[in-house]
Amino acid sequence: MTSAHDTEIVDVAVIGAGVVGSAIARALAGYQLEVALIESRCDVGDGTSKANTAILHTGFDAKPGTLESQLVSRGYHLLKAYADETGIPYEPTGALLVAWDEEQLAALPGLQEKAAQNGYAETEIVGPDEVYRQVPTLGPGALGGLTVPGESIICTWTTNLALATDAVRRGTRLMRSHRVESVTVGSDETVLRTNRGDVRARWVVNAAGLGSDVIDAQFGHDRFHLHPRRGELLVFDKQTRPMVDKIVLPVPSKLGKGVLVSPTIYGNVMLGPTAEDMTNRSDTSTTEDGYEFLREKGERIMPQLLREEVTATYAGLRAASDAPDYTVEVDAAQRYAVAGGIRSTGLTSGMAIAEHLLGLLEKAGLELHEREDLPDAPQMPNIGEAYLRPYADSDRIAADPAYGTVVCFCERVTKGEIRDAMNSTIPPCDLDGLRRRTRAMNGRCQGFYCGANVTEMLQDGERKAHR
Amino acid sequence: MSTARTRLTPEVAIVGAGPAGLRAAQELAPAVPGEVLVLDREQQAGGIPRHCDHPGFGIRDLHRFHSGPDYARRMVDSAERAGAVIRTGAMVTGWSADGGLEVTTPDGLFEVHAEAIVLATGARERPRTARMVPGDRPDGVYTTGQLQNLVHLHHRKVGTKALIVGSELVSWSAVLTLRDAGCDTVLMTSEHPKVESYALFSVPGKLGLRVPVRTRTKITRIIGKPRVEAVEVEDLATGRREVVPCDTVVFTGDWIPDNELVRAAGLALDPGTLGPVVDTELRTERPGIFAAGNVLHPVDTADIAALDGKQVAASVLDHLREKRHPSEKSIRIVADEPLRWISPMVRRVGDRRPARNRLLAWVDHYVAFPRVVATQNGRVVAEKRLPWPAAPGRVFRIPGDLLDAARPGEGDVHISLRR
Repeated sequence: MTSAHDTEIVDVAVIGAGVVGSAIARALAGYQLEVALIESRCDVGDGTSKANTAILHTGFDAKPGTLESQLVSRGYHLLKAYADETGIPYEPTGALLVAWDEEQLAALPGLQEKAAQNGYAETEIVGPDEVYRQVPTLGPGALGGLTVPGESIICTWTTNLALATDAVRRGTRLMRSHRVESVTVGSDETVLRTNRGDVRARWVVNAAGLGSDVIDAQFGHDRFHLHPRRGELLVFDKQTRPMVDKIVLPVPSKLGKGVLVSPTIYGNVMLGPTAEDMTNRSDTSTTEDGYEFLREKGERIMPQLLREEVTATYAGLRAASDAPDYTVEVDAAQRYAVAGGIRSTGLTSGMAIAEHLLGLLEKAGLELHEREDLPDAPQMPNIGEAYLRPYADSDRIAADPAYGTVVCFCERVTKGEIRDAMNSTIPPCDLDGLRRRTRAMNGRCQGFYCGANVTEMLQDGERKAHR
Repeated sequence: MSTARTRLTPEVAIVGAGPAGLRAAQELAPAVPGEVLVLDREQQAGGIPRHCDHPGFGIRDLHRFHSGPDYARRMVDSAERAGAVIRTGAMVTGWSADGGLEVTTPDGLFEVHAEAIVLATGARERPRTARMVPGDRPDGVYTTGQLQNLVHLHHRKVGTKALIVGSELVSWSAVLTLRDAGCDTVLMTSEHPKVESYALFSVPGKLGLRVPVRTRTKITRIIGKPRVEAVEVEDLATGRREVVPCDTVVFTGDWIPDNELVRAAGLALDPGTLGPVVDTELRTERPGIFAAGNVLHPVDTADIAALDGKQVAASVLDHLREKRHPSEKSIRIVADEPLRWISPMVRRVGDRRPARNRLLAWVDHYVAFPRVVATQNGRVVAEKRLPWPAAPGRVFRIPGDLLDAARPGEGDVHISLRR
């Protein structure tokens, strides 16, 4: 398999199959180009993309005038349209920023003004009565708030998977478990040395997430430095979902965006994240301090929530950059582009980053000839709770009883869905990958009932794949 | 896309084909003219005993020792011979607007309307996440339920060195399962100062299983990627922490009822058990909805759950025959420290005594010769010294007579212990 890579030259190699890299590969594959998408992990979206707050942002609170502001705002519309086309689940819940003290209350008009500068005019400043009318379960002491009706929750896993699947169906060669170790730029081709052989490409796009500054340095640049910022989150039992039906945000302070309470697309409620600057780029462990911090915050925001069972705890690493904005640039001489320092807004802005970057690449000399034979966008399985899921769809069950066989009881995942995931364009490589595609084992029992069955189905699927 | 459902109208619907549900079905099927339908989401009926492949089942209800799978088979056979219809692979996902059970099966969607519904959904162990144990998220972390499923039903290997969190009866069941799978238990931990279930197992525990048990010890971190490499434990007395190498961690006990249908129906939840509030005849607050087994007392043995099934069947029959209406005069039973919960939670005037005339309770501290005290309105109404200890990790049984002196209308009865 790797030997073929040694001889072939692709037009563009994209490093990193997170949301941003997958969006870029998909966009490139819309033209007459040979594209490779190189991912160090065994699955797409397994780095920073998998563990974030999964919010489709309007961009209301971005820094006006920045590239980030422009791309989040554009990406919001692009991703929403793409979600409608492919079936990525999202829910337009709206958000409410809650002011808990006089200083925060005084900051609301400024935030409203900033939103307007970012092209978002639908915010409204509301008094405490309206705050409690909208979210009756809030703890006491809220003084007022700012509504952001356009903020939505979205499935970050399906978004990433849809973009990568689309890219692959358009002919992109997805190379998982390929870690780029070094880069050699030649006069008309660049050799990427990976742990599984060389990849040769005319152009290279660096969308390596937390590793993008390291790759950038391989091309001789020193323009931004990343460090991981760890965010720990608590996910509460589905029984809490009636308590919260919109995203409850704190008023941002100098210390960052703070802890939010949000419904999840899977019907849970999430509390988090923490923000802890780290040096280790792979340490996604959770901590006692993190839990304590979240409990303390949660006790103030929504004490009722803290009485309930916790279904999951996890930590994600987001790429914090020392540059004040996204770094999206093209080095024409080296036929090299970077999309780096993309923080958590990358989920929303990914498709807009791709669009913007393709424009830059074309100016730098990459020839973009449209294809006329593009396949339709993929139809993604629905794992969102607000839409009809297979276990509740009598027509689907009548056509295929596997959709009536519930394997994971807590999340109501059926045998048919697990089978489909195993047979999909980008099958999962491990239990976590299967979890992200189906929700299996993500529920309150964490595998007490279904763990053994699901593991068996995954291993059977893998055996078949390798036969 | 369609959400159309086929309507079923059995006389009694029982959710859960474990010991409680099966025993209720066995009692009810010959006694009612209509169908007794048992729904279970698993592919096989029998409940948790199916994957407890060791003896110790059936002593109190069948008066004989059976292995778990053998006991489960007997329960299924008895219910079927009695005429109950057992439907497996049938998951109740919620309630319809008019009180029917919404069910998903490979044969399609159903809506089940019955004259009486028995919720016998059992309990499960809290996994690591619900216990908020921080650290890495490696493979090799299980609950006993998942472990037994893997080993006994799927014949899979686990690691070679396990640490067991908890020292309830089920924790020893986990030790036996691990041994079957060729995995040594390097340490068992308990946050309690004394582990009474250990004494029960002291002979096999010390001589046969050779499991070191550390009491007053808490798990503070799980370490390893992609597989467990070690666990950090804290001595609660000294605060000292130590890293114990192992490749498998089993979280045992710490039970929570599978109460989703109870909550979805809006039925009152007991804050101690987190199961539905029931009276001694196992009625919930809504007429026609009953509950039995470990959804009420997380968690007691399979035979006790089965005896609940017998108790609830009598109560269901009365309801169907409209022979006797539950009295409005009732007393709420409240667990006070060191009791964490007590079940059942309501005693009505004129009702049957609880199953085996025992109240079931869970205790947070060990008391060797407990004196059980019932107070009402601050006044001691009954007091009794018991010859058996109150020990964390297993159900503590309290004679039902203690309630006899309590009067309805004079406030809740509080049950507590004195040394």
